[in-house]
Amino acid sequence: MMEGTLGSWGVLIAVLGGAVRVSTPYLFVALGETLTERAGRVNLGLEGTLVLGAMAGFAVSFLTGSPWLGVLAGGVAGTGLGALHALICNLPRVNDIAVGIALFVFGTGLAFYLGKDYIHPRAEMLPGIPLGTWSDSLAIQSALEISPLFFIGAALAVGLRWALFNTRWGLLLRMAGDNAEAGRALGLSVNRIRLFATAAGGFLSGIGGAFLSLYYPGSWNEGLSSGQGLMAVALVIFARWDPVRCFWASLVFGGATALGPALQTVGITSGYYLYNAAPYIVTLALLVWVSNPREALQGAPRELSISR
Amino acid sequence: MSDTANEESRLTNKVDRRYGALSEALLRSGAGLEAFVLSALALVVAFAIFGVFVAVQGLDPLAVYSALWLGAFGTSFSIENTLTLAAPIILTAFCTLIPARVGMLVIGGEGALALGGVGAVLAGMVLTGLPWWLGVVACCLAGSMFGAAWIMAAGALKHWRGVNETISTLLMNYIAAAILLHLVTGPIRDFDVSIKAQSVPVPELYRLGDIPGWSVHWGLVVGVAVVCALHMLLRHTVTGFSMSVLGGNRRAAQMAGLDIGRLTLLACGLGGAAAGLAGAIEVVAVHGAVSESLLVGFGYTGILVAFLARQNPLAVLLVALVIGGIAAAGGLLQRRFDMPDAATDLLLGIIFICVLASNAFAGRLFRRTA
Repeated sequence: MMEGTLGSWGVLIAVLGGAVRVSTPYLFVALGETLTERAGRVNLGLEGTLVLGAMAGFAVSFLTGSPWLGVLAGGVAGTGLGALHALICNLPRVNDIAVGIALFVFGTGLAFYLGKDYIHPRAEMLPGIPLGTWSDSLAIQSALEISPLFFIGAALAVGLRWALFNTRWGLLLRMAGDNAEAGRALGLSVNRIRLFATAAGGFLSGIGGAFLSLYYPGSWNEGLSSGQGLMAVALVIFARWDPVRCFWASLVFGGATALGPALQTVGITSGYYLYNAAPYIVTLALLVWVSNPREALQGAPRELSISR
Repeated sequence: MSDTANEESRLTNKVDRRYGALSEALLRSGAGLEAFVLSALALVVAFAIFGVFVAVQGLDPLAVYSALWLGAFGTSFSIENTLTLAAPIILTAFCTLIPARVGMLVIGGEGALALGGVGAVLAGMVLTGLPWWLGVVACCLAGSMFGAAWIMAAGALKHWRGVNETISTLLMNYIAAAILLHLVTGPIRDFDVSIKAQSVPVPELYRLGDIPGWSVHWGLVVGVAVVCALHMLLRHTVTGFSMSVLGGNRRAAQMAGLDIGRLTLLACGLGGAAAGLAGAIEVVAVHGAVSESLLVGFGYTGILVAFLARQNPLAVLLVALVIGGIAAAGGLLQRRFDMPDAATDLLLGIIFICVLASNAFAGRLFRRTA
């Protein structure tokens, strides 16, 4: 076996390959949450969005035979949940974090309810781009087979950063997030800006979910997502609400997630569950590191409830 | 020690004079009644939405409602089932409710419950040869302490590092689940049981039995007693009042010289202890050992119960009955209508959303005269 001869290099390659593979859903959810939070709201329900997007993507790919239609369906389902979050939060005296938790419960419940019939059949998967054909090693070949969504996500990160700081709608979004009063004084509807930002954030998270069910791990079941949607919220704080830094941070998170399975392939199985908890521990550690008791989080939009 | 206590009570008396009039006015003007009406309306709307949803699926909503009633409260068997499910969520609700009194949104009940179960088993392994009652108390205390320490850690991170408690406790749920799974698949695994990974059992002697004449375990009575004690603490003591002041207005609490760190840790500790106790009771009264079966979402359901009860300790009892009933009816819905088991989760999610949305109407139902 090739993996055996690579030894500890095998672990490194598997972690790097895994980081690229696992980071894509983190990246999409984090970009979506960045948009939402830049407009001044926290959507903690993206875990539910991710699961519903995964279900919708898998079901549509199964029914139509087109995985890319599935990706679109995942995005549309996410848009629906995002819009629901924004509309409820537009009501007075409603706490956006609590609504997020409610949508977490609602989104997963809805996905498992509607998705029950799709657990068994196999849907058409998204294709990968094989970049490792130059190597004889199976480990390197599998590590370098990369989903096109990864590149789309990377391009999106750069594009969003540019758009946030160089376009009119980017300025409006940031104004809603940094100083809602100023926006209102200009006659803007802050609630409407937040509605668009949260719906767009839901769209991106839904695509992240479709990646889970249509590429990696590439199936639909009830254990598909394990907190990625939630960790992405912490990831955004760590990335200081910057789309490009979200890209690098999601690679780090992806690597932490890939550690457990990579160690398992070389036969290290003791403490399997503890290694699998690595991403949560890393997330918590990073959160402790970037937080500060005396001042708001660095780079945080000022209207954000978690930074006040 | 008594000096600081005196100092504190003097200061809180000062706060009491300033804010007591306000809170009294709120109570008298029917805020409690309004909270009840709002929650009840939210439930009705949620059931209506769920009815539309099942009608779209081609089912008769009225038949689904009657099955929900039958599975929750229709027979003595279903009532016992409901009460058994209500017992843990009465306690996990306090993991969100007590920290909410000091203005924190803690959702770590699931993790504290998991570690509470682990604590009970560890106590059972270490403390052999105790009389039965002391053994049960020791297991429950160990579970509470594990849960308390877990949520207090989140409180400490909040107070001294400014770490958002909602995100940290949610992450800690996953970490606690991993610790539980790690322990039951290795260090404390019972290798005599091969069908599933579960821990060494708690000694037979230390188990909590059923209330005579019922098939509901004594844990329910413990839960109700804890609710009453916490109600007294939160509503009728200086400490409870200090918590409300801190939750209502952080600046006012600072001005009054309240020890914010101590109150934060106390609220988190009490909440974690309640959820840990829920886990310990599930172990000594239901499962007998710790396994993945402990992680069925009682912690998350507790969050919903706390919000539906609008953070009122006594209302938790009533709400836990309703929510426990829905959970208990899930099996009947599956059998009778071939619904997925997620049907009850979906209904709970809809209820949660409706309850939060109903906050928009708080203060508008009744005209306040004060």
